[in-house]
Amino acid sequence: MSDTTTNTAEKLTTSDGKPLKASLAKALRRQKMRALLLIAPLLLFVLISFAAPIVDMLFRSVQNEIVPETLPRTVTVLESWDESSGEIPSDVVFSALRDDLVIAAERKRHTRLGSRLNYEMTGMSSLFRKTGRRVDDFGEIFTEQFENLNEAWVEPATWVSLMASEDWVAAQSKWAAAGDDAVPQPAFVLSEAAKQALPRTADIYSGFADVIRTEDGDSPTQEEPWNPVYAALYDDLIENPDAASSYSGAMAELLLTAAEAVPSFEALTAREEFIDADEDWGSLAVWQTLDRYSGRYTDGYYLAALDAQRTADGIEMVPEGQRIYLLLFMRTLILSVVITCSCLLLGYPVAFLLSHLPLRSANLLMILVLLPFWTSLLVRTSAWKVLLQQQGVINDMLVFIGLVSDDGRLALINNATGTVIAMTHILLPFMILPLYSVMKTISPTYVRAAKSLGATDWTAFWRIYFRSLCRGSARVLFWSSSCRSATTSRPNLSAVPPVSSSRTGSPTTSRVP
Amino acid sequence: MKTKSIILALAASLATSTAAYAEEMTIVSWGGAYQASQKSAYTDPYMEMNPDIEVVWDRSSNEAVAKLRAMNEAGNVTWDLVDVVAADAMRLCDEGLAMEYDPDEMLAPAPDGTPASEDFGDLIVSDCFIPQIVYSTTAAYRPDLLPEGAPAPESICAMFDTETYPGKRALEKRPINNVEWALICDGVAKEDVYDVLETEEGQDRAFAKLDTIKDDVIWWSAAAEPPQLLADGEIVMGSSYNGRWFSAIVEENQPFKMLWDAQVFDLDGWIIPAGLPEDRLAMVKDFVKYATDTQRLADQAAYISYGPARNSSAPLVGKHAELGVDMGPHMPTAPENSKNVFVYNYEWWADYRDDLDAKFQAWLVQ
Repeated sequence: MSDTTTNTAEKLTTSDGKPLKASLAKALRRQKMRALLLIAPLLLFVLISFAAPIVDMLFRSVQNEIVPETLPRTVTVLESWDESSGEIPSDVVFSALRDDLVIAAERKRHTRLGSRLNYEMTGMSSLFRKTGRRVDDFGEIFTEQFENLNEAWVEPATWVSLMASEDWVAAQSKWAAAGDDAVPQPAFVLSEAAKQALPRTADIYSGFADVIRTEDGDSPTQEEPWNPVYAALYDDLIENPDAASSYSGAMAELLLTAAEAVPSFEALTAREEFIDADEDWGSLAVWQTLDRYSGRYTDGYYLAALDAQRTADGIEMVPEGQRIYLLLFMRTLILSVVITCSCLLLGYPVAFLLSHLPLRSANLLMILVLLPFWTSLLVRTSAWKVLLQQQGVINDMLVFIGLVSDDGRLALINNATGTVIAMTHILLPFMILPLYSVMKTISPTYVRAAKSLGATDWTAFWRIYFRSLCRGSARVLFWSSSCRSATTSRPNLSAVPPVSSSRTGSPTTSRVP
Repeated sequence: MKTKSIILALAASLATSTAAYAEEMTIVSWGGAYQASQKSAYTDPYMEMNPDIEVVWDRSSNEAVAKLRAMNEAGNVTWDLVDVVAADAMRLCDEGLAMEYDPDEMLAPAPDGTPASEDFGDLIVSDCFIPQIVYSTTAAYRPDLLPEGAPAPESICAMFDTETYPGKRALEKRPINNVEWALICDGVAKEDVYDVLETEEGQDRAFAKLDTIKDDVIWWSAAAEPPQLLADGEIVMGSSYNGRWFSAIVEENQPFKMLWDAQVFDLDGWIIPAGLPEDRLAMVKDFVKYATDTQRLADQAAYISYGPARNSSAPLVGKHAELGVDMGPHMPTAPENSKNVFVYNYEWWADYRDDLDAKFQAWLVQ
């Protein structure tokens, strides 16, 4: 049996002897390829201009690289801190933060970090800005004492010979001698001896050299190191008293005398300096926030959008007074429903009328329906203001005919009522047009047939007309509500403030002078 | 990240490909009467002297910080000179988005030879900020709308006194100025306002005071709104910039009265975006030197009632260019108007803006 089938299949060949199946598949494939090629430009366009930005935005919504990139040292040492310990981190963390922050402040990155963390905890922005302004003074007490010990400590040359590798020194002096601005300065390289003996100092000094070179275009051979470098040197020498003797490079002697002197130095820990600059650094909550948002990726933005936040005991709602997003979502939802209903209420009869009138008068009415589209948004909004405000046309008329008293003028604008009225007006065509297009397709003979078969008016309407309408209507509601969410914040008649209202100023008016 | 930058750069270069020529200079300002005054006083005469340079205006100053951040990220800054308020200049400077400059090197000295740094004095509040004008945010009311027998308001606290002055009032939809006024009217001494605001309790106190009038406030975000609302009789009083009140009162003959009490001085000026290419930078520098000299700053005051930032410009302020009204008495700095001035603390706001904005928004929706 199976033999026969294969045989028959083999028999079916095209004129050039190839099996028909393969030949067909080939032709089909070619056709598909051609079709694909034809739509390729469009596909590419959609991918690049539509899909890629969306993917990128989604990616951004979880991205948190700014924290580990701005504070790399702090984030590493903070890993060993237990946020539920009830105590703020040790001096090691504060020293790391001092080093990170001085570099970030020189590169002007700390304010962006502050703004980022402010989403998670109000007060972070000011904390980082304030501290960033003062962090280059941290460790000044050590600078002075090293200088008192030996003037050489404030010479840039001392530091270069203490820290830099010989290769770099050679390359640097060659570069300086050439004096060609077009050639970039050689990147700073630490000497092995410095890295071994004075790890912290070496780390922050190379950071310093890097900033000096890339931000200011200067050379570390010309600049006295920042105060935190001296603080790091103090830390190194205190932590490891043998460091100086193990250091074999140049300036070993200078280092030895310094190592002998440091135990008698007047000291100030990094923690004391931070808390002195701003007492919030002594607050557990600040450190918990920093620790929680130190990863490369975060769910913080999503949680914040739901008025939630991460705490030591998992995810919790933010305090009552700070919740805004859920409230705004709810209000948007309620307003959407109300506006959809009022659009339906007003739009249905119009659409019905349009679809049953002779074409000529229907077209005339259609122009009236479309009229709002041709009016500029600004004109429409201003017109509503004139009509709705308390001293406006509608209130004036109501007072004139005695429906409301002069003191009891209705508040129709700058509140939810105004929003509903203006939005209904703007979105009404979006309800009428699709409804009309669906109604047009329902043949009047159906209803007539139902009636002739004995259905009452109501049954004919409900079972025939309405059901047919429903089939086409999902589209209508979707269309009009998506328009609604897209335009929600536009007419400025609403009492519901869009969250970032400061950024969405009206296009024609300016905020200042 | 990379795709995003490429796309942004592509979009930005497409949008502004017309502005990329060396002869064009893109200046960003606030639009409206203010930009018109800059055009009349600075760019029109400048373009007459330099016919090969064409100035392109962009009215994006109210979102300059956000846009400059985006441009910087995309690596394509298309603006050459940006008009911003001092607090924004400080933020941009802190973030490295604005260029630091040396006043004495870049700006013209006063006619008597006083170096620019002294002529501008304290108004250079940031290393990136090139001051232009002093303006103030102040309140105005309509005497004919006050209830019968009510005394004319003399203090900013009338804003919080809904018993004597019932009706709506308009305040700007941001915390700046409002929280300060709230604290002053809650009995805090002027000089202690920012110390109090720095604490959690102080902020709560300010919002509690604002709570008492929350239902009576119409929040505005465009400075043209309060004069309009007041003219329509929608509000009994409101806050706006003094130049807006000036044009409503003097140019449009509206029956408003300005309060001037606790007016808050603020500064507006230029910043140059960081990282401009050499040729564009040279062009901008030349323009800035011209546009901030003593005569030019005094000229601007003929079109709008904002005080020039240079000391040496003050005596040169004359009459309104069209109406011939003496501008002196309408300046926020006139002695009659500046009896009780509240000094706005830029540095404090640069630090606390993000914090207070978040709280204000949350308070607003509650």
